[in-house]
Amino acid sequence: MAAESKTKYDRQLRIWGDQGQTALEKASICLLNCGPTGSEALKNLVLGGVGSITVVDGTKVEKHDLGNNFLVDEASLGQSKAKCVCAFLQELNDAVKAKFVEESPEALIERNPSFFSPFTLVIATQLLEISLLKLDKICRQSNVMLLVARSYGLTGLVRICLKEHDVVESKPEHFVDDLRLHNPWPELKEFAKTMDLNVTDPVVHKHIPYIVILIHIAEKWADGHGGCLPTTRQEKKEFKDLIKGYMINTDEENYKEAIESSYKVSLPHGISSQLRQIINDNNAVEVNSASSDFWILVAALKEFIENEGAGEPPLEGSIPDMTSLTEYYISLQRIYQAKFESDCLAIEHRVRTILKRIGRDPDSISRAFIKNFCKNTRKLTMEYSNTILDIYIQENEGVRIEDNVVEASDDACNEVIYAAASVVRCIRSLNFCLVSILSPPNGYSLQVCRYRPLEDELIYPAISELQKYMTDEDFSFSVSFYILLRAVDRFTANYNRFPGLFDKNANTLLKLYSEMEEDISRLKTIAVGVLSDSGLHGSTLAEDLINEMCRFGGAEIHPVAAFIGGVASQEAIKLITKQFVPLNGTLVFNGIDQKSQVLAV
Amino acid sequence: MANSFSEPARWRDLDKLLARCGNIVGPGFEPSPQLRQEIGEFARVLVVGAGGLGCELLKDLALSGFPNIDVIDMDTIEISNLNRQFLFRLQDVGKSKAEVAAKRVMERVSGVNITPHFCRIEEKEIDFYNDFNIIVLGLDSIEARSYINSVACSFLEYDSDDNPIPETIKPMVDGGTEGFKGHARVILPGMTPCFECNIWLFPPQVKFPLCTLAETPRTPAHCIEYAHLIKWDEVHSGKTFDPDDPEHMQWVYTEAVKRAELFGIAGVTYSLTQGVVKNIIPAIASTNAIISASCALEALKIVSGCSKTLSNYMTYNGVEGTHIKVTEFVREKDCLVCGPGTRIDLDTSTTVSQFIEILGEHPKLLLSKASITHRGNNIYMQSPPILEEMTRSNLQQPLYDLMGKVPKDTVHVSGMAENNGKKSSSLRKLCVLFKGIAAADVATQMDTAGNV
Repeated sequence: MAAESKTKYDRQLRIWGDQGQTALEKASICLLNCGPTGSEALKNLVLGGVGSITVVDGTKVEKHDLGNNFLVDEASLGQSKAKCVCAFLQELNDAVKAKFVEESPEALIERNPSFFSPFTLVIATQLLEISLLKLDKICRQSNVMLLVARSYGLTGLVRICLKEHDVVESKPEHFVDDLRLHNPWPELKEFAKTMDLNVTDPVVHKHIPYIVILIHIAEKWADGHGGCLPTTRQEKKEFKDLIKGYMINTDEENYKEAIESSYKVSLPHGISSQLRQIINDNNAVEVNSASSDFWILVAALKEFIENEGAGEPPLEGSIPDMTSLTEYYISLQRIYQAKFESDCLAIEHRVRTILKRIGRDPDSISRAFIKNFCKNTRKLTMEYSNTILDIYIQENEGVRIEDNVVEASDDACNEVIYAAASVVRCIRSLNFCLVSILSPPNGYSLQVCRYRPLEDELIYPAISELQKYMTDEDFSFSVSFYILLRAVDRFTANYNRFPGLFDKNANTLLKLYSEMEEDISRLKTIAVGVLSDSGLHGSTLAEDLINEMCRFGGAEIHPVAAFIGGVASQEAIKLITKQFVPLNGTLVFNGIDQKSQVLAV
Repeated sequence: MANSFSEPARWRDLDKLLARCGNIVGPGFEPSPQLRQEIGEFARVLVVGAGGLGCELLKDLALSGFPNIDVIDMDTIEISNLNRQFLFRLQDVGKSKAEVAAKRVMERVSGVNITPHFCRIEEKEIDFYNDFNIIVLGLDSIEARSYINSVACSFLEYDSDDNPIPETIKPMVDGGTEGFKGHARVILPGMTPCFECNIWLFPPQVKFPLCTLAETPRTPAHCIEYAHLIKWDEVHSGKTFDPDDPEHMQWVYTEAVKRAELFGIAGVTYSLTQGVVKNIIPAIASTNAIISASCALEALKIVSGCSKTLSNYMTYNGVEGTHIKVTEFVREKDCLVCGPGTRIDLDTSTTVSQFIEILGEHPKLLLSKASITHRGNNIYMQSPPILEEMTRSNLQQPLYDLMGKVPKDTVHVSGMAENNGKKSSSLRKLCVLFKGIAAADVATQMDTAGNV
């Protein structure tokens, strides 16, 4: 990377590193509709240095755009909005390739689905459900990530629509270091043995690293407890007291650290249930020439855990800072690093063998990529997002979800989906939603079905979850807004305008008042319909919120749009860099008291 | 100019909120087609900081219908700002952030009037801050937040029952970000906790023990801090280290590399050296956009009443999934900054210079080099020299006389306060009582205090 770019991107390179930056620079992003929500989302990504952008919008700049969109100005009036927004974005960062298409996104979705396939990510803003349904299908078919963003008065939402997303570097903030104190390997044990906790030199005594202290004392404990390590609260307390007994002075930081970290000797052996889910995924069990690099690595990881690893994943190889003499600390670092290297080598060997077996070039996955994967295996997570199409499956006849999910043409499909949705709920607590139904009811061909879910459940009732939201004070605004946003789309489909948005003839207050009353009652009726379609018969929404939705009249308020666009761009970065964990559900923005919520059931 | 700004067609969307009535609104909301124009005429907003948050805030506020904005920032533009501070271009490097940011927003949003102030926040007279209806903070330092907070709280007056007087409340909205995380909060001094009430939300920075740096370094950061904090002074006796001087930074880096080699420690890079020495906080455009948008929206709601407001602290965390949480913190009853004032009992004969000594020794204040004002009058000023000279003769006079012989009143003092061994400029509000003059008054006060 050029020195100037290094300096320019310094503050973000400290977060996602060169690897993340390279991924961004390779990404091509398509924005649908460049009102303030879309323009702001793209602005943040252009600043960060994404590879290329394409702005799609069929409208001309009007007066009202000057009141909420910073990316157009007075000179833009009457011109193509896409062109003006694109020109300003280009000014922000000349390293980005910026293009625009002067066409309505709805028309493009309808007429030219293949338009979307070259992109890494599509950000769809201010689109109605009916278009989103089609777009979601198009993006899934061509493996393009889709982010949906919507601003509406003081509310709005952001959701991710993906087939599957794998996070290689989740970079969790609170994650226990991989020290293997519960299961030290021979070299580490040997090193610990070279040190004596009863050493008489006080300087050495207070500089024995806590890793060594804990290995010594854990061994002593195990000797006196039939080979077991402390598990109960009482035992853990006794273990701490045992450590305390070795202190010769109360200010020995290394012993204090040992006491604080003593729980690390009691960590369970083996891998987490989440990692187990991943390595047992069919994609890992049955790798073939069509498998992605990620799944080949998972397959190699699975083999490693079952063989060399003896049930454990590869060691992460780094240790936190701790009180120690320099030489002890450096020696420890080397021991951990060496074990990491040898684990990596074993996995690399397995990757190469698998590649050969499936007929691919054994060197087609780089060593650096394998190493990065190994470093992060303990933190692997997977997110399965729901397809928008699934949500509305009931509303369409003869539904066919592409790519190994459902083919159905009558009522029975509801049962299939219902069955799938209930399984999803069962295992969602593992943050991993993969449903395999081998013998679907009524013989419909359903192999693997991936979901993640609030919306499914709005229609295929997980009524209990929804009712919980409806009655939980913290969630009530958000879930109401969520339902009302859907109601607004139905209203708009019926009347060809947003509720509360009147033509200019309604200029007398009296007329405005009566039209408003009428819209409020229409929207209420539609919202009741959405509720009952979601299985929430008899639930009601607060009148005040229905009024608010009509008051908003489809307004795009700049700070709300900047918030929604900001969230969309942050999620885009997580998806593109495959670092950090993306939004898990639908974020509903609540601009009234800022108690926004992610609805994920 | 004002006409083009207030044109109704332009504000079609915003007017939905401002001209239409609603049931979930703030106290005193009076929707009307003229409300936006009224806000334009009376509302003055101050944005403190023209960096990552500041640039966004200026744009957001201009497009929220505020035509009169001031912005204050002492910094100049650097290349590393360009990944998020979208009002700046490569050719702006070295220029004032406040000036360039104001100019860019005015160019794009016609009719908006932004006045830049290219200076330190402490350089402005306290009264400068009183001219604004609301202060929006886009800062990255605790000290600067603390200072602005103390200024805004100094305008707050209490009635005789110790209830805040509404007209004296100076609302603040504060934002902050770090990587994928951030916060936005609303501070209504006297009503909601002020910055100082919840100062514990900002944990103190971790410092390495000097003996680790000198004797048992283990990490690259230890080597860097050794070069920066120990070796620099050994070699450059008397010369202050300047983190913005590339030669100084290069020297620290080279020394850190040498030390790391000596101990067999890997991982010292130039980038890490800068990060450790300057305590660089990672920053990205999207998080700044999210947090600024929240702050601007709150400012719009506070000024117009068009909806409820955040009560009172929102955190955003996008590291593992996306989590937004609102917490309602409570005021610190005895807050030195937003409370009715630290009580100080004096004799009517206490002179100003004795009073200054008392301030330095007062355990709750520890305020040195104090300047003193009473109801806008300068009693004694440490600087500038001309004011010092003008007020010097007051030093030997009794404070009681200079305050117009009132038995009890509020006095503002500013100076250097000591906090955790670190000195920083601060402004404190005092409730001065003169002994023996208001015996009855004092007795009542004591009773109330006892009941709290």
